[in-house]
Amino acid sequence: MKGDFVSNLGRIYGLYTGGFVGFVILLAILEQLGVPNRIIGYLFVFFTLAVYAGIGVLSRTMQVSEYYVAGRKVPPIYNGMATAADWMSAASFIAMAGGLYAQGYDGLAFVLGWTGGYVLVAVLIAPYLRKFGAYTVPDFLGARFGGNFARSIGIIVLFCCSFTYIVGQVVGVGTIASRFLGISFEISVFVGLIGILVCSMLGGMRAVTWTQVAQYIVLIIAYLVPVVILSAQTTGIPVPQLMYGEILQRITELEQTKAALAGAKAHVIPYSTFDSLNFFALILCLMVGTASLPHVLMRFFTTPSVRDARKSVGWSLLFIFLLYFTAPSYAAFAKYEIYNNVIGTSIAELPNWVRIYSEIGLVTIADANNDGLLQFTEFKINPDVIVIATPEIAGLPYVIAGLVAAGGLAAALSTADGLLLAIANALSHDIYYRMVDPTASTAKRLTISRILLIVVALMAAVVASTRPGGILALVAWAFSLAAAGLFPVLVLGVWWKRCTKEGAIAGMIVGFGFTLFYLVATKYFAMPTWFGVSNISAGLFGIPTGFLATWIVSLMTPPPSKEMQDFIDSIRIPRGQTLMEEKAD
Amino acid sequence: MSSQSSDTPAKAVEHWNRTKSLMWVTLVIWFIFSFGVHFFVNQLNTITFIGFPLGFYMAAQGSLIAFVVLTFWYSSKQNQIDEECGMAED
Repeated sequence: MKGDFVSNLGRIYGLYTGGFVGFVILLAILEQLGVPNRIIGYLFVFFTLAVYAGIGVLSRTMQVSEYYVAGRKVPPIYNGMATAADWMSAASFIAMAGGLYAQGYDGLAFVLGWTGGYVLVAVLIAPYLRKFGAYTVPDFLGARFGGNFARSIGIIVLFCCSFTYIVGQVVGVGTIASRFLGISFEISVFVGLIGILVCSMLGGMRAVTWTQVAQYIVLIIAYLVPVVILSAQTTGIPVPQLMYGEILQRITELEQTKAALAGAKAHVIPYSTFDSLNFFALILCLMVGTASLPHVLMRFFTTPSVRDARKSVGWSLLFIFLLYFTAPSYAAFAKYEIYNNVIGTSIAELPNWVRIYSEIGLVTIADANNDGLLQFTEFKINPDVIVIATPEIAGLPYVIAGLVAAGGLAAALSTADGLLLAIANALSHDIYYRMVDPTASTAKRLTISRILLIVVALMAAVVASTRPGGILALVAWAFSLAAAGLFPVLVLGVWWKRCTKEGAIAGMIVGFGFTLFYLVATKYFAMPTWFGVSNISAGLFGIPTGFLATWIVSLMTPPPSKEMQDFIDSIRIPRGQTLMEEKAD
Repeated sequence: MSSQSSDTPAKAVEHWNRTKSLMWVTLVIWFIFSFGVHFFVNQLNTITFIGFPLGFYMAAQGSLIAFVVLTFWYSSKQNQIDEECGMAED
């Protein structure tokens, strides 16, 4: 059945998608029959978690290459879906549209930065790492820069970026689960943890891959449905991505004519939130960070060939694009609704959804001038509400709100799975197998890996349950840290033969250290920013210093050996065996 | 598909040179759509494109479409280079 599974993927996921749509329709009917909202919410969360767990159990494996790289037989288009789910987190699903609502044009730096990086992945890094046959990113560093020192620094960088990132995801899972299940945040975190673990523990990369494909399907349906309906209601045409151009014009008109909107930033005018330097610096850091984050890169180790790895980056980007080019339309439709029907309205006659969200404190209304009318400056909205409230703005039944929750949960879980695996694999493969006990049996290696998975997951849940403040800022930092610590050595390791072990070690330490210094010094020690560059774009200084340090130190040390030069030649051509075949399969 | 091992060094050099040129071409296009067009956002915003101010449109959709097309284009071009130089996978 295993061979059958890959050749039947289209039918299996077709059936799954049909089943999911049927399930949503069934819940819609149940809702009409009078089943309470709370039960609908429970059914959504538990049914989807059960499906992900079921895939995890079915994909269990005891083979090393299945566990680490899904047996390298994931077709490009499915790896594209899995990468898209791996990539798009709770922040993309829920917070991004809210950020675009608040920041207008300037928020598009995130949309650009989180897509364009894939061009760098395809051209500079992924195919070459796939040819090398790495199981993990530090594995490549260890082989190219001869030895465990480079590997260890790689692991430290990987751990710092991935761990802050995973805590952010677990917080996201807890927030969604607690809102829709009505249980406390701390308990929700551990419920979510079980969902993450069941799927990754038994089957490693294989289980995570097939679960992520399933999660992508849920999250993209959940993201598109509410805004498509809202677009049909507002403009008559169910293509929000095209129709919001017209909505933007209406927003601009309202901004200029409506007196109650005094103080609102113009939506389409650039640089009202960041200046242009920060706008472009952020784009650069997010793009380069994308091309350096280990949990993304390792997805391209699972394709059957180098050619498929490249093509797969294209598919990933296409699937990510579907969500990212929809996000600005959420922001525009919500803004139009608020500017048109909420601001300037008598406070006694506000739309129903405003009342619902002000009761739970996500919308704040304060009639400062006591005229009974709502002014722009008297209205505050939590950005996360934009996506969550769209079903209610459109007056849709509760089942659609449940669908959005299921989508947000899928986004957070799939990213958490990928990150958890990236950390646990680095610890078990790179530290335990490569550095502690290279003779360990397959069974022992996989057992160690599973134990580490649980340990890291528990650590993440414990940190998340304390609700660390400013975790979203930490997630944004992960991009700059990964960009400065890993990008220069990954790129130069492939593209510059003269790059030496000492150069790489210096580059990683200087790039990562310098970025960390700027982040910590500006955030906690009140160091003034340089040229006004905010600390989420710290990589603007760290990336060039990383390159520079690698370059200078490489030129000061003797060139790599003939064997190493041949090794680099062989990863540059797709033909031939992968260089690091697993013998213990 | 696979070439003789005797002509491999020359073919390998040609393969790598063509790979490098393709890399630079792709990165230049990437740079234009990541940064270049957005330098002119204010000028572009005076033009309306399918209802959008063009500068806004480029950041919200235009550049993203360019990235998707560019990645697929790059992947087929590189594949062509691999095949013509006998460096493709069997």
